[in-house]
Amino acid sequence: MLANYGYTDGSGDYFLTIDTDQCDGCARCITACGENVLEMAKDDYGKLVAKVRDQVAPKLSYVCLGIERGCSRREKSCQTECELNAITLTW
Amino acid sequence: MFVAGIDIGSRAAKAVVMEDGQVVSHAIIDTGAESAKTADKVLREAIRPVGLSLEDIEYTVGTGYGRCLIPFANDNISEISCHAKGVNWCMPSVRTILDMGGQDCKAIRCDAMGRVVSFVMNDKCAGGTGRFLEVIADILRVPLEGIGELSLESKEPIPFNTICAVFAKSEALTLQKRGVAKSDILAGLHEAIATRAYNLLRRVSPEPEFTISGGIAKNAGMVAKVKAKLKLEPVFWDEPQIMGALGAAVFAAERSALAASA
Repeated sequence: MLANYGYTDGSGDYFLTIDTDQCDGCARCITACGENVLEMAKDDYGKLVAKVRDQVAPKLSYVCLGIERGCSRREKSCQTECELNAITLTW
Repeated sequence: MFVAGIDIGSRAAKAVVMEDGQVVSHAIIDTGAESAKTADKVLREAIRPVGLSLEDIEYTVGTGYGRCLIPFANDNISEISCHAKGVNWCMPSVRTILDMGGQDCKAIRCDAMGRVVSFVMNDKCAGGTGRFLEVIADILRVPLEGIGELSLESKEPIPFNTICAVFAKSEALTLQKRGVAKSDILAGLHEAIATRAYNLLRRVSPEPEFTISGGIAKNAGMVAKVKAKLKLEPVFWDEPQIMGALGAAVFAAERSALAASA
């Protein structure tokens, strides 16, 4: 399942997509994120996968720095840590 | 054996009762302040006409915004999975669902089994939701049930730059004072909301067949606008507003069967 978190607002598209079929629940993305955007939770089919925290989803672009604009300068990000390429960001 | 699905939405609560894979009855009420009381009330409303008591319901699944607050539910499942399940049960050929609810809007793509393939949800702001239409209907003094039909009568829709609920409200007021026809104001707002719904749908790569669920699916004006944008003919079941509760009831039937065999 492609779980799209985020929104489009006046300044652009801000979506963080997690491919839960790829995600193996290793949780390395969660420790990699300095902004505490992600958490592990069971989806409705009982699989433990990464998701954007409920409190963060409606304000995603204010919490998550994005890869292009922010995290690409860091040593680690959810995306670099995910060997399965399950996480994509639009900004 | 009877099972129930209860969907506590932000504006309306829905309950569906099923027996042996058939819908026995359903009910829709306004959501009250307390989810627990609302859940109890909507389920009682659903079982009363068919002469059942609460003890007859063997398994209940809760869904929706208030799903964690239903004390008597055996399980709770997200409204996204429930919508896909419900739609798949009554319209198995549907792959794309646009759920237009009271305070959020969701686009879901599902597979032939009713499992979610991709979803996106807009719950960031009230623009383009049922609540927004309620506010506008109130300002223009048109019954909520009539705004869709009225918008279809428009000859010259007024383009709205914003669907921020607060700004659009004052813009609509100004236009009305200037003597612009209500139908033109409504048509413009419906257009703006449909554009937003379309953008949401694009994220999940829509495929035929397509359906609209939620309370706004009963708004003919919105259905026409979304259809024109997406260029897909939507299909409908009898009651589009209960898809979430229906899916919860189908999950309840599956899970109670699983529990019985274990």
